[in-house]
Amino acid sequence: NMASGQQWVLVEMVQAFYEAPAYHLILEGILILWIIRLVFSKTYKLHETSKLTEKEKEDLIEEWQPEPLVSKDHPSLSYDVVTGPPSHKIIINGKECINFASFNFLGLLDNERVKVSALASLKKYGVGTCGPRGFYGTFDVHLELETHLAKFMKTEEAIIYSYGFATIASAIPAYSKRGDIIFVDEAACFSIQKGLQASRSLIKYFKHNDMEDLERLLKEQELEDHKNPRKARVTRKFIVVEGLYINTADICPLPKLVKLKYKYKVRIFLEESMSFGVLGEHGRGVTEHFGINIEDIDLISANMENAVASIGGFCCGRSFVIDHQRLSGQGYCFSASLPPMLAAAAIEALSIMEEDPDIFTVLREKCKHVYKALEGTPGLKLVGVPFAPALHLQLERSLGSRDADMQLLRTIVDHCLERRVALTLARYLEKDERFLPPPR
Amino acid sequence: MLSEYLFSFSFWFQVNVASQYGTLYNRPFVESFEETPMLVAVLTYMGYGILTIFGYLRDFLRHWKIEKCHIAREKEEQKDFVPLYQDFENFYTRNLYMRIRDSWNRPICSVPGAKMDLLEQASHDFNWTFEYTGRIVQDVINLGSYNYLGFAENTGPCADSAAEVTMKYGVGVASTRQEIGNLEKHEEMEKLVARFLGVESAMAFGMGFATNSMNIPALVGKGCLILSDELNHTSLVLGARLSGSTIRVFKHNNMQSLEKLLRDAIVHGQPRTHRPWKKILIVVEGIYSMEGSIVRLPEVIALKKRYRAYLYLDEAHSIGALGPRGRGVVDYFGVDSHDVDVMMGTFTKSFGAAGGYIELIEYLRSHSHSAVYATSMSPPVVEQIITSMKCIMGEDGTTIGCERVRQLAENTVYFRKRLRKMGFIIYGNKDSPVIPMMLYMPAKIGAFGREMLKRNIGVVVVGFPATPIIESRARFCISAAHTKDMLDRALSVISEVGDLLQLKYSRRRMQPSLVRPFDNNMYEDIDD
Repeated sequence: NMASGQQWVLVEMVQAFYEAPAYHLILEGILILWIIRLVFSKTYKLHETSKLTEKEKEDLIEEWQPEPLVSKDHPSLSYDVVTGPPSHKIIINGKECINFASFNFLGLLDNERVKVSALASLKKYGVGTCGPRGFYGTFDVHLELETHLAKFMKTEEAIIYSYGFATIASAIPAYSKRGDIIFVDEAACFSIQKGLQASRSLIKYFKHNDMEDLERLLKEQELEDHKNPRKARVTRKFIVVEGLYINTADICPLPKLVKLKYKYKVRIFLEESMSFGVLGEHGRGVTEHFGINIEDIDLISANMENAVASIGGFCCGRSFVIDHQRLSGQGYCFSASLPPMLAAAAIEALSIMEEDPDIFTVLREKCKHVYKALEGTPGLKLVGVPFAPALHLQLERSLGSRDADMQLLRTIVDHCLERRVALTLARYLEKDERFLPPPR
Repeated sequence: MLSEYLFSFSFWFQVNVASQYGTLYNRPFVESFEETPMLVAVLTYMGYGILTIFGYLRDFLRHWKIEKCHIAREKEEQKDFVPLYQDFENFYTRNLYMRIRDSWNRPICSVPGAKMDLLEQASHDFNWTFEYTGRIVQDVINLGSYNYLGFAENTGPCADSAAEVTMKYGVGVASTRQEIGNLEKHEEMEKLVARFLGVESAMAFGMGFATNSMNIPALVGKGCLILSDELNHTSLVLGARLSGSTIRVFKHNNMQSLEKLLRDAIVHGQPRTHRPWKKILIVVEGIYSMEGSIVRLPEVIALKKRYRAYLYLDEAHSIGALGPRGRGVVDYFGVDSHDVDVMMGTFTKSFGAAGGYIELIEYLRSHSHSAVYATSMSPPVVEQIITSMKCIMGEDGTTIGCERVRQLAENTVYFRKRLRKMGFIIYGNKDSPVIPMMLYMPAKIGAFGREMLKRNIGVVVVGFPATPIIESRARFCISAAHTKDMLDRALSVISEVGDLLQLKYSRRRMQPSLVRPFDNNMYEDIDD
């Protein structure tokens, strides 16, 4: 019974074979041949397109010579050695000079109160924190400093980093990823540049403090957005500026920036390392200086190493923005927290700043004084606004090459050291800066 | 009984005593990474699946305003801006991390030594906000801080000299190394570090993370190749990315994979152009903090010499913690420190200070990003490093340093042996003071952390994304400051909690230790 059933199926098949149209059979035949070919052809790897024998490989390995790990032809740099505490008078290379070179704007490096509170904290906590913030590295002083900073700056929340350089360099990549667009001033400092590089976003530079140039770039971007609305809806746009630029010592035009922000719907990140504790009536920085509502700025980042004579940095803003960094700021999650004595010193410095807003006026007067005095120096150009605490002296006429300029400036600095005034040559990494500022 | 036999096929114990480079090791190299039992893996996936479903449900309820939403919201005026975060990016954070958030970021208010005081925190709205009740949980045994040699203390010679320096020099420096921030203290410290490691010169920076991310770009650039281990730390990955070189990853601690990559790289050159590489840099870590494994340094050095590559060793966790003299993984294996091209380490873990160092220096003094742009280290921190390093080297006239190194080694071996015997799955090398203990299931992560805290022991638990999704673990960091009583108490509590949460997954039957001869000076094994 089974055999006849099978036979019957076979007959059906043969019948179908005869009845099928010709093209159907030919197509099937071609497909079967193709499958057989694929099954039997060898797979090839992209690497071994050039077939080398084992011996040839060994020879290549023997012959290959790497470059030396570090090139030997670099000018060796001898550092100036400072003995003794860096305060108003500083001892460099054995000579005591008046210190015009550290960023000690409010003179708090030497303040007794700050030192005493750091000492008390040392007695309580020891020096190090032995862990990142997530794993028993959060001390109550950190929390206190964060609340204190938030209250001082009148924002909702603040977050602390243990290293000033890492602050903005970790904050930018936490928000801006591949595919987002960032508009940056050309004179941005190196830590911002590293943050931009780490974020892998599209970077557009606009000329220093030139709002027309920025507006032009924003308009171009708007046109692009109209062409591609779906992409535009997920592309975030940021503007990164500094309050007081380290490289050129002038201020960004913040009111115009805020107007541009609302017109073109971009967010502003403000870097206030030089202006925190310097500008504004109470030292709150460039937002207070211009009288702008601090809620308009999305993120303010500053380091505590200049005016607040401690170490580390912080970011402040609304909780919506800052809270994200607690899980995705690389310098925050993966690094040990700020040593508690430095945090205590910062708290004390902040208290001093709050109690005594007159020091800011004093600082500004002194800056103006120095500015007027240095203005007429022959051969040197003074770069910066009158109330900037860090001024740059540039050569009016360049000597031709950067090296020669640096040599001349170095002799000027040495001459000043002889006369007991400490200045410093601004250092830049020549190959890595995007827009190298002229020697100063 | 039957189920045990059914699942015993998934059991696998790896002992690497003899490999083709066996003669390079002067002591047996025992590492184990026991495989996940099948049942546990299935249950873990189910657990995550259930949590994800609930996550979607809660998001739905929040979207339709049925449930109160606690997350911070964007400002009203900026509602029509492009949203700052995508919703799905935060899915994990909102729904899984928030439930067990109290296991992390626990604030402490004392020295992070062997025992610490925690601030008690309570949450009334399921971990969205925390309040501090004002009470302090005292004398919690600290198994989480990186305090390997016990230098996190506020009394003693280190603290005294740091106090002196604070009053004399102040706390900040306010200038970069190249400009005017180079105090003589920095120079002294660098010379000391160089002597400690047995190298020519060293350089120190203010942050360990920054040391890696700023100096790898100074050493290699475009046209170079970086071969980095699978499980390298974020700072190494960031530094490699910022340098612009090509990066290739080899399997964790797997020398065959590394050798294959090296051969392929040299033979085939750069992709597409086939030009030879300018430099090849192998980047490894001394102790991997999430696995507890130690790098196979003699083999790596043999490979490096054969193929003329350069070696960058990150000793963040191993400096001070390994080796008979505490000089790190180089000391542990007894290799020549000049074979390693660049050694990098951090001061935070063993020396109780903050910062990182790197050797091979003259070039870096002029070219490192950190030396040029970042402020130098704070003087009291520098002083702490100087005193603690002198102590370890024995130069301050006492034997405290040697004692501590020895104590740490004993503590490590004892703790690991006891945990193994109890039946937990422990990863890593038998000599590494970082001990990851597997938890696997997401609910147990939170439960373990909380139960241990109730019994006054502070532990660190880690889950996704720091570890693969089903391999969440608790990580213990042993310190020389832990006494035997503390360890015994911790072990009994861990055993109790382990029974409560059913964490004793190991399928191994305890065998008498064939590898190490019985030593009368070591701790007696206690049968439980």
